[in-house]
Amino acid sequence: MQRVLRVVLLACATVVSTAVAADVLGDAEAGKVVFDQCKGCHQVGDGAKNRIGPHLNELFGRPAAGIEGFKYSKSFRRAGASGLEWHADTLDAFLENPRSYASGTRMSFRGIKDAKDRQDVIAYLRLFSDDPANIPEADPTATATDHDLDPAILAIQGDPEYGEYLSSECTTCHQKDGGDDGIPSIVLWPEEDFVIAMHAYKNKQRQHPVMQMMAGRLNDEEIAALAAYFNRLEN
Amino acid sequence: MKMDRRAFLGKTALVTASLAAPAVLADGHGKPRVVVIGGGAGGATAARYIAKDSKGAIDVTLVEPTRRYYTCFFSNLYLGGFKDMEDLGHSYGGLAAGGVNVVHDWAIGVDRDARTVALAGGGSLPYDKLILSPGIDFVDGAVPGWDISAQNAMPHAYKAGSQTELLKAQLMAMPEGGTFAMVAPPNPYRCPPGPYERVSMVAHFLKANNPTAKIIVADPKPKFSKMALFQEGWANHYEGMIDWIGEDFGGGNVSVDPAAMTLTIDGEETKVDVCNVIPAMKAGRIAELAGVTDGNWAPVNAADMSSKADPDIHVLGDASQQGDMPKSGFSANSQAKVCANAVRGALTGSKVFPAKFSNTCWSLIDTNDGVKVGATYEATPEKIAKVDGFISQTGESADVRKATYEESEGWYTGITSDMFG
Repeated sequence: MQRVLRVVLLACATVVSTAVAADVLGDAEAGKVVFDQCKGCHQVGDGAKNRIGPHLNELFGRPAAGIEGFKYSKSFRRAGASGLEWHADTLDAFLENPRSYASGTRMSFRGIKDAKDRQDVIAYLRLFSDDPANIPEADPTATATDHDLDPAILAIQGDPEYGEYLSSECTTCHQKDGGDDGIPSIVLWPEEDFVIAMHAYKNKQRQHPVMQMMAGRLNDEEIAALAAYFNRLEN
Repeated sequence: MKMDRRAFLGKTALVTASLAAPAVLADGHGKPRVVVIGGGAGGATAARYIAKDSKGAIDVTLVEPTRRYYTCFFSNLYLGGFKDMEDLGHSYGGLAAGGVNVVHDWAIGVDRDARTVALAGGGSLPYDKLILSPGIDFVDGAVPGWDISAQNAMPHAYKAGSQTELLKAQLMAMPEGGTFAMVAPPNPYRCPPGPYERVSMVAHFLKANNPTAKIIVADPKPKFSKMALFQEGWANHYEGMIDWIGEDFGGGNVSVDPAAMTLTIDGEETKVDVCNVIPAMKAGRIAELAGVTDGNWAPVNAADMSSKADPDIHVLGDASQQGDMPKSGFSANSQAKVCANAVRGALTGSKVFPAKFSNTCWSLIDTNDGVKVGATYEATPEKIAKVDGFISQTGESADVRKATYEESEGWYTGITSDMFG
């Protein structure tokens, strides 16, 4: 089924307009809404950067683990090396169940069960890849940094050594090797995202009782130290 | 060939000897020595962290009789059919690879003046700092009619392994419509929600395999951990199956007869098919032998888990009397890290950071119906004191409960790799 879809897509690309392609792919407008659940980690559009997840510009045709400088999981580095490329079919399978598709992915996301939602979001992402569609002039659709955190807090340089000591409280649940089943991975996050997330728990903006409690008694320096430590972990 | 091999062996022995000599001469007894007794959530974590963080500057020896450790946490899920026994088993290979000298033997005595630990196998281990994490033993005579010789007829299954397997076998062999009884323990005891998660898992098994069977719980307490959550779950999933008899109805006035398989609650005798007796608990016996207990438990200083009786001995986990933390694997793991940091600082001068403790206990009530309770703690001069806490709410959505269960599975993977490497 997915193979067939891929062939159809290629045919569209060679023959006709983006409207037809969008039909096959799904509704990009609806996909923009579906993408809301991805925005916490991924940016796409003009000026998109790597955050917790890689940016998604020029995604189509990109090999898995294809952005230089982003710290991918071993699973994805292996998949990329063995030839996995992102196209509508591979994205569809991955988004349906990320963990079963790439067991070691650090993407803490349950997947999109609804096939139409997947097609829509893939259509949306397609807008930000070259050929056959023009790259639209678009604002960044999302930043992971929607927050009102004091810049002074973000500017704190964390002490990774102190972070290592504090981290022992985290590693009772979060696996140090980036493994992730039931409890998300927290390794290799950009420090800023880590700090923002922890302060969001501390301020009860993010909802999770354990994390609100754990973050609630960490001070600004301690959060910065943890961010620095987990960002530097190698696995 | 023969000659060459002998010559080679001889040479090797000489080289080894000459290499070993300077280390011994370098200092009174060379590197500082830490002995850890008990390879569970407290001991394994402490041993691993001290070895890892001291990067070889401290000799760490772990004394643990079993070669394969079965976690008590999640063992109820084995009774319910959610886990296999082997899912709960862990080897000490990771600790050995991490530089811990793992000795499979029983510690049978501590000479605090000479600072040595005597082993059942005949050896003796010198220490500079001793960490006791021996878990629990049972108080003699706590349940009239029951002693350790009756544990085959009436298993406690409160140390995971063969006892857990025995209880499961008895559960599976129950006659149709039979009675499963539990004698619950008085406070304080290991894993406060444990008996009630067990009741839930037994009910889950019986509902599928023996739906007319009954469960009686005789409890010396008027209330228990996560009581509202469990009672809501029992009403939702196992209506009419579970009869909990608390203190108010004589649940504390019990005796058993293992030969006749009877349980007497407040003068009323009942014939039962399985009887899970969980007696009152005390610190594992080595703590008492070391002379660091006061009553049933070993009092410790909150800042570093050191014994109030001896600054060179630290006591972790269930055996310790520390204040507000529940006796749980999570707590022991948390305490072990504070202790490891303090012990390393004392022996090598490394930086000692202030103590922070935390705990979360997850319990499974039925398939995808998980609940949790947790808190953070700090060290005060008197005790480990609770700072903040939370508990799952009654009436939560199925999605929240499922996510809580999935989180508990993630925690299991996390803590066991944190313990065993």
